Amino acid sequence: MRIIATFIVAFGALRRNKMRSILTALGIIIGVGAVIAMVSIGDGAKSQVEAQVASLGQNIILVFAGSINSGGQRSGYGGAGTLTIKDAEAIKAEIRDIQAVSPEVVGGAQVFANGLNWGTRIRGESEDYLMIRQWPLSEGSMFTDQDVKSDAKVCIIGQTIVNNLFPEGDAVGKTIRIRNLPFKVLGILSSKGFSIQGNDQDDMVVIPYTSAMKRFSRQTYLAVVNVQAVPNASIPLVELDIANLLHARHHIAEGRDDDFNVRDQQEIADAATATTRTMTFLLGAIACVSLVVGGIGIMNIMLVSVTERTREIGIRMAVGAHGSDILTQFLIESVVLSLTGGLLGIAIGILTAKTLSHFNHWPTVISPSVSMIAFLFSGAVGVFFGYYPALKAARLDPIDALRFE
Amino acid sequence: MQPVVQLNNIQKIYDSGEVKVHAVRGVSTQILPGEFVALMGASGSGKSTLMNLLGCLDRPTSGTYLLDGVDVSGLNRDQLADIRNKKLGFVFQGFNLLSRTTALENTELPMLYGSRNLSRKTIHERAMHCLDIVGLSQRADHFPSQLSGGQQQRAAIARALVNEPQVLLADEPTGNLDTKTSIEVMGVFQKLNNEGITIVMVTHELDIARYCKRNIILRDGLIVSDVQIKDRLIAEEEIKHIKEQESAAKLTA
Repeated sequence: MRIIATFIVAFGALRRNKMRSILTALGIIIGVGAVIAMVSIGDGAKSQVEAQVASLGQNIILVFAGSINSGGQRSGYGGAGTLTIKDAEAIKAEIRDIQAVSPEVVGGAQVFANGLNWGTRIRGESEDYLMIRQWPLSEGSMFTDQDVKSDAKVCIIGQTIVNNLFPEGDAVGKTIRIRNLPFKVLGILSSKGFSIQGNDQDDMVVIPYTSAMKRFSRQTYLAVVNVQAVPNASIPLVELDIANLLHARHHIAEGRDDDFNVRDQQEIADAATATTRTMTFLLGAIACVSLVVGGIGIMNIMLVSVTERTREIGIRMAVGAHGSDILTQFLIESVVLSLTGGLLGIAIGILTAKTLSHFNHWPTVISPSVSMIAFLFSGAVGVFFGYYPALKAARLDPIDALRFE
Repeated sequence: MQPVVQLNNIQKIYDSGEVKVHAVRGVSTQILPGEFVALMGASGSGKSTLMNLLGCLDRPTSGTYLLDGVDVSGLNRDQLADIRNKKLGFVFQGFNLLSRTTALENTELPMLYGSRNLSRKTIHERAMHCLDIVGLSQRADHFPSQLSGGQQQRAAIARALVNEPQVLLADEPTGNLDTKTSIEVMGVFQKLNNEGITIVMVTHELDIARYCKRNIILRDGLIVSDVQIKDRLIAEEEIKHIKEQESAAKLTA
């Protein structure tokens, strides 16, 4: 009875001061709203980065040519010149749990068509490249293993190349000239946009790696071998197998530096998501500050309220209210304010996030757990900042309180 | 007959650092059930302090106070609050009703803090009954701001009665009221007293004290006079008298 009565009294007091209650709760509403909106945006950015990382392909292992140390002079990555097509073939043939391999050579070149020209990157890849990158064509078809074997002058071009060399569209079947050699366009890649690092992923021409090595790089070694493991393969195990194979093939004795590097996608993904995680954390921290400011607002109003209602407190004590009754009454008021603020804040935060993502095309992810935590935290703010004013009220002397003007 | 209030050498010293103020210097008296006592004295005589002690709002520095046979001089804050709730009813000079709260809700207030588990219905019925006693049941749903001074004081008296106290304590209950309303309020007290309720009130108005049965006069923290009033005024008759005068002066019909 006593606690129910206290609840009724507390709600009555809030109802009588509607405007003040709303304004007080507003601090919490904005605080919680900010937390929800900020974290949603941060999580959205994180999920976007994760999606981009995933778009690099699944279960990818990259074997980079390493550096060599010749007489104290250390070349950079790729300088070793020891990673060969034979290595790539050996990896494909001997390592278990591998479904695709694409040796890679990369170079820059000027490409010409329709009297227009454009400087771009030329990637020499195998016929498996698009499968590894999970990159569908929007038009035409990929070159075949026959094209690779015969160093065919065929190519796949990105959307940016189409835009710059074929403004009229209709590029499939046409010929482009790369360093004065004619290459037939077999297909057009679907647009992928910018990468995490800010590169235009659509600005490239893909040709058979055999063609690239024979006609442009004139080198016998590779920069990278793209390897794709089968789904559910143990990536570290496959990496170890590749390393062991290359050790044997390159005759690298135990304790000597490797002339290659094996990396997997997870490492790249971790680096990228770490950045966005930091951003989410920072946004959340700033939003938490506004929540605390909202809490101070509650404390301020509760202190004013206690002073203003000193006489009421005196009357209640005179007719038999314990200090604990008064404490509970004021605590309930502040917690009701902060929890109501929390609920409304969640609604407004979600609304803000949705609006932002709608108009700015920012991805947002609303996480129920963050909403729950924000709600509980707003309750905790109510208890924390309501306790001191409530205690002040409970400790009033009834005689002084009754005389208060 | 066991006294309702038994004071034995009650002292109250306010210690404000260097100066010690001896507000009550040893008061001993007893009040029997059914008495109607006026506690009088000039300001600084210690009557307000004694009233606070009687009302269990404050504790004596020394001496014992037996309320209804129970020593309350050594109880803690919460125990005193329970005593106030169960055994005492308060009426204040400034009415002290909760604003923006109806007369009925004000009257219900002491029952919300009682240890007895009363149902919503019982609380409502008892509050209405007490408002009926003081003649205010017609205005139960009025806010204090919608009531006259006399009506507000009636609501306060109803609130004081609602937990069936042993003693009704009134601190200058007529201090904020005009003469006629004061007499009406004294009429309410006399009616309650006739039904057996013990009343102690503080007043500095001699003519108001004449409606009581016993006058205690304090000076410098000591009782200097304690007399039974033989020819006490009866509020009902006085009001009738005033009404006759008013109609003679054509103030009222």
